[in-house]
Amino acid sequence: MLEQKEITGEVKVIVFRLKDEEYGVEVNQVKSIEKLEHITRVPRTPKFVKGVINLRGVVTPIIDLRSRFGLEETAYGESTRIIIVGVGELEVGLIVDAANDVIDIPVDAIEPPPEVVGGVEAAYLRGVAKLEKRLLILLNLDKVLSTEEIKQLDALEG
Amino acid sequence: MDMNQYLDMFIEESKEHLQAINANLLLLENDPENIQIVNEIFRSAHTLKGMSATMGFEDMASLTHETENVLDMIRNHKLTITGDIMDVIFQSVDLIEGMVMNIVEGGDGSADVSALVKKLRAIVAGDFSAVETAAAAEAAAEAPAGKEAAGSERQHNLDEFALTVLKQSKEAGHNLFWIKVTLDEGCVLKAARAYMVFDQLESMGDVIKSTPAVEEIENERFDRSFELVYVTMQPADKIRQTIANISEIREVELEPLQLKEPAAKAEQEVKQAKEQAAASAAPAVEKKPEAPAGGLKKVSTAGKTIRVDIERLDVLMNLFSELVIDRGRLEQLAREIGKSELQETVEHMSRISGDLQNIILTMRMVPVEQVFNRFPRMIRDLAKDLNKKVNLEIFGAETELDRTVIDEIGDPLVHLLRNSLDHGIESPAERKKAGKPEEGTIFLRAYHSGNHVFIEVKDDGAGINKEKVLKKAIERGIVNPANADSMTDKQIYELLFASGLSTAEVISDISGRGVGLDVVKSKIESLGGSVSVDSVRGQGTTFLIQLPLTLSIISAMLVQVQNEKYAVPLSSIIETAVFRKDQIMMAHRQQVIDFRGRVVPLVSLQDIFQVPDAGVGSDDEVAVVIVRKGEKMAGLVVDSFIGQQEIVLKSLGKYLVNVFAISGATILGDGQVALIIDCNALIK
Repeated sequence: MLEQKEITGEVKVIVFRLKDEEYGVEVNQVKSIEKLEHITRVPRTPKFVKGVINLRGVVTPIIDLRSRFGLEETAYGESTRIIIVGVGELEVGLIVDAANDVIDIPVDAIEPPPEVVGGVEAAYLRGVAKLEKRLLILLNLDKVLSTEEIKQLDALEG
Repeated sequence: MDMNQYLDMFIEESKEHLQAINANLLLLENDPENIQIVNEIFRSAHTLKGMSATMGFEDMASLTHETENVLDMIRNHKLTITGDIMDVIFQSVDLIEGMVMNIVEGGDGSADVSALVKKLRAIVAGDFSAVETAAAAEAAAEAPAGKEAAGSERQHNLDEFALTVLKQSKEAGHNLFWIKVTLDEGCVLKAARAYMVFDQLESMGDVIKSTPAVEEIENERFDRSFELVYVTMQPADKIRQTIANISEIREVELEPLQLKEPAAKAEQEVKQAKEQAAASAAPAVEKKPEAPAGGLKKVSTAGKTIRVDIERLDVLMNLFSELVIDRGRLEQLAREIGKSELQETVEHMSRISGDLQNIILTMRMVPVEQVFNRFPRMIRDLAKDLNKKVNLEIFGAETELDRTVIDEIGDPLVHLLRNSLDHGIESPAERKKAGKPEEGTIFLRAYHSGNHVFIEVKDDGAGINKEKVLKKAIERGIVNPANADSMTDKQIYELLFASGLSTAEVISDISGRGVGLDVVKSKIESLGGSVSVDSVRGQGTTFLIQLPLTLSIISAMLVQVQNEKYAVPLSSIIETAVFRKDQIMMAHRQQVIDFRGRVVPLVSLQDIFQVPDAGVGSDDEVAVVIVRKGEKMAGLVVDSFIGQQEIVLKSLGKYLVNVFAISGATILGDGQVALIIDCNALIK
């Protein structure tokens, strides 16, 4: 991915909304965008794990991104979407407030993240892209989907 | 040519042949006179040689080649089997196995074969010279035995059909020849040269037989020479010249072939002897087919089979799983719509897909023999190392298990067998003292029972020393000394599966490293099975493994807990029952019920899974699923039973690992996901 960026100078991202901020994930990490459907709760998992869905025959875990980032949760509505992302062998659905755009952003518009953006820890972020009128926060999915943290939470709760 | 596409096939087949060789070598060891077995081994070794040479695994090819030479001499009665020869052959097979494993792991299959090649050559050479001098002397004296040997060497590959053809040709006035063509050492396109030879010969007569077979020659699977049996009207000189005219031919040997009657005009004395031998061997040949026929029959009883990539079967299984889900959905819809014609059609479809399911499941089943096969050899070697006398008796090797289970069950079984041999069976001296036969016996038995397969590893050894186990367990802090007295025998035996307990007084490299049986237990439990042990002091120990038939589609009871649905595998359910609330009692602050005279603790799924209350559930009755884990039982309290259903096991994925008391998920008829309860985790 890095090489490609250097050649093209641009990176294509899917833009989604969480609370009042706009976030982006690289398009090649996104498998699909789904409407909210029935989620089967999985007991005794971290609070942000909402459960699993049947994604065309594959049981896929779903996490609530607001909850994952420690933002306050809201009721799901018409615009709520599940973004199915794949990192390595993991395939996980992220619940977001809305997903509405695909844009190309120049690599040189990406700056390293400040300590805290919109309440989200810098560790989960890859950078911030400043476009003409908007500010786009790029997620570091590896970190967001890290199962290490789940194990630690397990240890704490268990 | 790119050989990679054949690599998988090569590996599979090599393993099979090695397995066959190993099994037959063991037979041969007990029955060294049986040439039939040598023939089987030779055939496997020969195929291995061809395959490895084609694939470019030179070391393997050269080692198999030398082994084959020795085997060839044995089967032609030029060599008698001795313990030393057997050992060298066993070593060679081991080394070849090592090479195959190396190839499996992505290596180039190379190994230092020089030492073994030397040994094998020594065997061949040592005997070759002896045989040759003997044969020469005998040929000179025209002793029948010498002719017999030489003749059988040349003739014994002709089948009855070929013999008849030769006889008829002879009667029709044709000349019969045995031709050996040797190519130049530097010959590059061997197959092409061979083709030219064939082409020329076919223009003047008929090639009745070629060694190696024509297909092998076409594939360049021959060294530098090949032998032909040829029928023609042309004289010998003409043929010799024709072949010699083809370039890159180094040598042409040509001899008239005689059937029945001895040659009148033989060119050389020695040849005459050979021909006579050929004639005298002919009746012997007629007898011989009976022996190979036995071997052939054995092959054909294996049935007409095709080799299918396991991945394709997995895909088929996955597709079928989807179908099962849709079937569930259809059944549900048909019930809701309530139209009888629709219901009948759906019922019929359900029946057919049920049959289909059985077929697909059995397609994935393979006899447990695949795993058992390697044990006799292992036990033989181990027993030798340990200076014990052990006989392994295998029963029910034809019992079938799902391929995925077969792949996993090998290691645990190896462990149990080693354990029996190392700890169970006593030394011959001890056995004698105890009034037992010196040779111990290990029984390995597999059988079906219900939806399970049982595998039993039983020895007639010393049995488990309870006191020693208990002492050790207390030493290691596994058992509290205060509880020790109240433990039953069975409970003490189960301690063997606790981690960190090894009872071997001398820690050998075979077992007794303290990492043994607990690993076996966890492996088998991960396969959805269980393992138990029983023992009688002085008479032996029995390990019993219980395994599910398949891992992908299981029968389950669907239950409702508030608004959520869960699946409980039928294999762990004893019964479902409804109790009045006043039947629930309290014991040690734990809700229990009296179930057929047994006190069974109750586990509320709503509490344990923190299910949000939706106001479902009755006030005066509780629905309970009685489940078990080994001897222990528990009652799972649910709100209602939905019914029994075939469900397809799906994993929760890599993100959610080690979820408490959930072993996986399944997709229900309505497309929703239901979680499968792992009863083992709920019973303490």
